[in-house]
Amino acid sequence: MSFHFIKPGINLNFIGNRKIGYTVFGILLALSLISCIWGHGLKLGIDFAGGVNAQVRFAHNIGDETLKKGLDVPELPGLNVQLFGEEGRDYLLRFNSDEPSTTLRTKIEQALAKAFPDNPASMERLEVVGPKVGKDLTEKGLSAIFYAILTIAVYISGRFEQKWMAAAIMAACLWGATYLVGLTGVSTGILVCVAMVITLGVCFFLKLNFALAAVVSLIVTVWVAIGVLSFMQIDLDLNVLAAVLTIIGYALNDTIITFDRLRENLHLHTDKPIGTLINMSINQTLARTVLTSGTTMMSALALLILGGGVIYSFALTMSVGVLVGTFATMFISCPLLLALGDTEFYVKVSKKEEYEKPGEHGMV
Amino acid sequence: MFQKWRVLVILLVLLLALAYALPNVPVLGPAMSSVLPDSKISLGLDLKGGIHLTLGVEVDKAVSNSLAITGQDLRREAKDKKITVLRPRVVGGTALEFLVPRASDEAALKELVSKRFPQLVLDEPQRGEAGQLRFVGHFSDQEIKRIEDMAMDQALRTIRNRIDQFGVAEPDIRKQAGNRIQVQLPGLSDPRRAVQLLGQTAHLEFHLVREDVDASKPVLPAGVIALPMLEKGSADDKPGRLIAVERDAMLTGEDVADARPTFDQFNQSTVSLTFNSHGAEIFERVTSENVGRAMAIVLDGKVYSAPNIRERIGGGRASISGSFTTAEAQDLAIVLRAGSLPAPVTVLEERTVGPSLGQESINSGLTAGLLGAALVMVFMTVYYGKSGFIADSMLCFTLLILMAGMSAFGATLTLPGIAGIVLTIGMAVDANVLIYERIREEIRLGFTPLAAVKSGFDAASVAIIDSNLTTIITAVILYQFGTGPVRGFAVTLTLGIIASMFTAVFVSRVIFERLARTCGPKGLSI
Repeated sequence: MSFHFIKPGINLNFIGNRKIGYTVFGILLALSLISCIWGHGLKLGIDFAGGVNAQVRFAHNIGDETLKKGLDVPELPGLNVQLFGEEGRDYLLRFNSDEPSTTLRTKIEQALAKAFPDNPASMERLEVVGPKVGKDLTEKGLSAIFYAILTIAVYISGRFEQKWMAAAIMAACLWGATYLVGLTGVSTGILVCVAMVITLGVCFFLKLNFALAAVVSLIVTVWVAIGVLSFMQIDLDLNVLAAVLTIIGYALNDTIITFDRLRENLHLHTDKPIGTLINMSINQTLARTVLTSGTTMMSALALLILGGGVIYSFALTMSVGVLVGTFATMFISCPLLLALGDTEFYVKVSKKEEYEKPGEHGMV
Repeated sequence: MFQKWRVLVILLVLLLALAYALPNVPVLGPAMSSVLPDSKISLGLDLKGGIHLTLGVEVDKAVSNSLAITGQDLRREAKDKKITVLRPRVVGGTALEFLVPRASDEAALKELVSKRFPQLVLDEPQRGEAGQLRFVGHFSDQEIKRIEDMAMDQALRTIRNRIDQFGVAEPDIRKQAGNRIQVQLPGLSDPRRAVQLLGQTAHLEFHLVREDVDASKPVLPAGVIALPMLEKGSADDKPGRLIAVERDAMLTGEDVADARPTFDQFNQSTVSLTFNSHGAEIFERVTSENVGRAMAIVLDGKVYSAPNIRERIGGGRASISGSFTTAEAQDLAIVLRAGSLPAPVTVLEERTVGPSLGQESINSGLTAGLLGAALVMVFMTVYYGKSGFIADSMLCFTLLILMAGMSAFGATLTLPGIAGIVLTIGMAVDANVLIYERIREEIRLGFTPLAAVKSGFDAASVAIIDSNLTTIITAVILYQFGTGPVRGFAVTLTLGIIASMFTAVFVSRVIFERLARTCGPKGLSI
């Protein structure tokens, strides 16, 4: 006995309906942007912003407001209270304070004992990140994203279009440009943005269409994932960063498998228009895409539901990223290939190369 | 033939994986410990509870201290050579400034510096009105580097000493870039005490008290400094009453051979000190010469006590009292025994996890993993039939290899690491899915099961490596830039993906080819 969710020979019209895909993603991007800058905006966790996180467990249940009012003392500035777990007695308290951790611990304990004398609290976790370490972690995190995008853009251009030379040029351009911009002493955040723009620009001018499409869909995926996090007022911490990088690697799987198939189809059916071929490739790999995204979602959701509070932000980022990434492959990176080049371009590109025989690369 | 070596490789990997994974199994592992390798997966601090500290060593203070000492030495040596050197002082932490009143001493002084203090680079002196010379010197770059390195090494040694004396099981102390020291203390119940213990400079000095000088005056006579008394009970370190003492210390903590917590005759906690022979000699001489005066015991710039010297004290013993609690006396004894830090350290980052929270994290991680695995396995069996069952066995094999790999590398399992394993469960079947979908396609095209299996594996293998490579790339980058727990995630994810590629491409191929051969044209359930 075996099932087919996706019937063999399925032919959904992704390319024909690409405007719908673009519109939906456009709206998502806009919403993400709005949620990142509107209201509370993007919340940086203490890993990056510096500060204090204290997870406390009360003996009895306690309300949000009671807690906030009780701890509204000058010793604990910038208090932010967040319920943790389901029982209603675990709370994550966040402060901005650059005091040494020993005095902080005492202060928090004293403030808690004073405000809630009949509801003793124990401190389960205390994290104090100084501004120096926060700055370091931010820079490390941004560099990690930078290098991830760089290596992936190089890998895809080299791997898909056999343009290792162009890929090398792009890598060199990026290195040089970021080095030069880095000399002016701007923050790493701006540096990463500059690098991103350069990557896209170089890909466009060198006609590295596959890489360009893949990187654009990655950016869209991460953007929407971050938007969801900011909408849900989740602190961006090191775990979120880990999830974002994993998504960058994982969301690319779908793209690679689909692009691989497209390359093959370009050779099998030289007479068909590119749009048809792209659509065919998406449909042919649809079963695999849905299945693996499905099993990965199962794992991510299991973590989200049962993994506990500390890992919640990670699991949420993963879940959103896997979901968005899958759709971005179908509705962003593949249609973008159509928008970037015409049939002749791809046929020319594929004829120029010594090509592997069909089936040598992932005909799935 | 071809199949045989494959089977051999698989059996070998299975055996090795079992050998390395078994020590981590609760009951079985210890029972068979004599025949198994002894490396195990260790739990990260976020799982077993404990304290993670990043300490910043202020090495520039060590440089400026060293400059100040060089200034004193220079003045003393110059005096021996009949050269007067006045007011050596450290300017801005990086330069040593001093005056030479007689311009005729210039050549002699320069010679002295180049001979005895080659690490000090002197600028050309400025000539003052009365013919005096103002010299500014600074350390050469190599000297600064040497002092900084030495300060870091000594700080590392001192901190290690203190932790050893404090008695923490399996501490992890390592130097980091940017003059930082990372300390991990698993399973510590009193983080506050640990932080205090590690952060204390513990620079002990004995100064003679100048009772004839009013310490509160803004200008003090030469050679006298005012130090605050330690005020117990004031949490915010309010400076206490000032005491005037001689600037040059009689003795320092370097001459302390041993320190023990004891009780005095009023049953107060004190710390008793034993000097080494050099210290004992000086202490005896100083006490005999200064009977009736007071001796201030100064720790990190605060006067702990200033008892009167009633008589000559021989035997090289002294004690510090300061209304300590027993624990404080114990900790002070530890830091005095372990030696002082060469420069102040600050806590740049602290992360403490209580043991109960760690256990909760393990439990919830396990439940999530079990649920994820169950969902994926049931799904695969339902969707692919018997082949799905093979994929499930491959998943178990993958997890076994993952566990063995972590064990063999001595990797640390963290909470994000558990998340990595759970994700691996979902991602690992990707390789199987790629192969199965391809085999289905080949069968639809009319191939025999064996031919379909062969071309299915051939075609899918490259795609599998291709698509997983990007995930590995990002995991490697994550490992490179990540810290602590996140690194654990990168490790489990990478190992998991590599293991899943091996089981899907290599192991399951053998099984499928055997199945396709033996079961005939209808035997493949996929």
